[in-house]
Amino acid sequence: MEAASSVQRLKVRHGKIKIRTFNRSTFVLQLTLSFILLFTIIAPFFLDYSAIDIQTAIFYTLDNLKMMFLQPALNQVTLGAALYQILITLSLAFLSTLIGAVISFFLSIASAKNLMPSYISNIIIAFNSFIRAVPTVLWVLIFAIVAGLGSVAAVLGMTLHTIAYLTKAYSESIEDIDNGMIEALRATGAKWWHIIVHVVLPQTSSYMVSWTFLRFETNYGVAIAMGAAAAAGGIGFELFMASSFYYDLHEVGMITYFALAIALILEFISIWIKNRLIGSR
Amino acid sequence: MNGNLDVVKKKKIQMTLVLLIMLLITVGTSMLTEFSFAQGIASIPGTIVWMATNLIPGAESMENLPKVLAKLWETIVLSVLSTTTAAIAALFFALLGSKTTKVNQPMAIMSRFIASVFRNIPVVAWALVLVISFGHNVVTGYFALFFTTFGFLVRAFIETIDEASIESVEALNATGATYFQMVFRGVIPESLPQMVSWLFFMIDTNIRSATLVGLLTGTGIGYLFDIHYKRLDYETVGLITICIIVVVIAIEFISNKVRRLIL
Repeated sequence: MEAASSVQRLKVRHGKIKIRTFNRSTFVLQLTLSFILLFTIIAPFFLDYSAIDIQTAIFYTLDNLKMMFLQPALNQVTLGAALYQILITLSLAFLSTLIGAVISFFLSIASAKNLMPSYISNIIIAFNSFIRAVPTVLWVLIFAIVAGLGSVAAVLGMTLHTIAYLTKAYSESIEDIDNGMIEALRATGAKWWHIIVHVVLPQTSSYMVSWTFLRFETNYGVAIAMGAAAAAGGIGFELFMASSFYYDLHEVGMITYFALAIALILEFISIWIKNRLIGSR
Repeated sequence: MNGNLDVVKKKKIQMTLVLLIMLLITVGTSMLTEFSFAQGIASIPGTIVWMATNLIPGAESMENLPKVLAKLWETIVLSVLSTTTAAIAALFFALLGSKTTKVNQPMAIMSRFIASVFRNIPVVAWALVLVISFGHNVVTGYFALFFTTFGFLVRAFIETIDEASIESVEALNATGATYFQMVFRGVIPESLPQMVSWLFFMIDTNIRSATLVGLLTGTGIGYLFDIHYKRLDYETVGLITICIIVVVIAIEFISNKVRRLIL
């Protein structure tokens, strides 16, 4: 019966079976895609290129990239100093991830829809999208007005984006918990913190660790940027000095290789943690 | 019974150890970076007061609004353009790198490796190198955003293709479809909604990255923020911040609407 009705719905045109069905979601998808495509084609004409010679610029860039990646060398900073600066960048990332993770844990409990009334969760979600809307570098510079440029402003600014990110990730893993477990504990008359300690923590801790390390990896990249753009110190600042102050592309190349090596190690660890903790379930 | 108790005790010792190590690293890193928790907490009220007084733009800063809007438009165009063009390149590399659609193993590894390198070289490094030859120009920002977006989207697209299309690819292969039929009839239609969703995510991210790149290279909204910040013209700084917030939240709103309709 069902097969017959599905055969009847087939549309045949010019001897071919029409396999695409037209519905609202494909319509919206096609509309979005054609809008994006159209915008991409006309967008280059909106920009002001203020008279640069593209050909020479590309030629110079290739030359610069060759100096950077094929002849890397340390001139102004020593190897020890470079490693020390990388340690500082990692420290900034660690501090903002840790503080952010602790605050996010409490916020995520408050914003999980299966533990709290939905109006509290909506307030926290709105607060988070406000935090996310301001670029990290602007947060750091805003904090620097009061705290002064340096590690305090950098860690505070980076912590805010960490909170916005981790609260969402944590509360989604809390919402995935089997509701029966929470109800069973409630039925026995367990207090609110009993549910947190005996259901929420054991059920979500592996996801939380995995998300937190992923954020640490992201924060490492952000910390490099903050060092360069907001004088937060670390390897990012050395990168800025080497390129904008000394115009030493060999050193820029070497520093980039160091930053890249650490980033690849972090990515590798984060994939390993994810497979180890979550993949085994 | 005794064994059970041992497990609980062991867990407790383990937890205490982990907390202790975390505490030690925290103290160590705060000393290294000269970060003080007290100073951090002390500067929060001042910042909130600053935001309350400066984020509502006054009459004086409104004179700068046309300039801000022009730079903001440039930033939006830049982030959309770099995302879409990077997406086209990323789609090609993702098809080569994905488990289901790869041509051969060496090319798959190669494409994943290239993407990983582009993803992990900080956007700051690209911006600082490109600004030397391209100068204070939109092209600098475009390429810097293009490279990092490309690296990120390859990873995202590979995951999308791997998740979405195993069954339809098997079905198409069973009917004797060619490689291109398999890709264009099976893989792409199935993973397109998720890819568009990633596209929106990346446009959103790139508006924020464009601010950072602008600050470093002297272009766009980031540069405008920087000069008013250095002049201590905090009212205009507040105006720029509000404008960015409005744009990012608007894009998030649109992308949520579209995502709900297509996914």
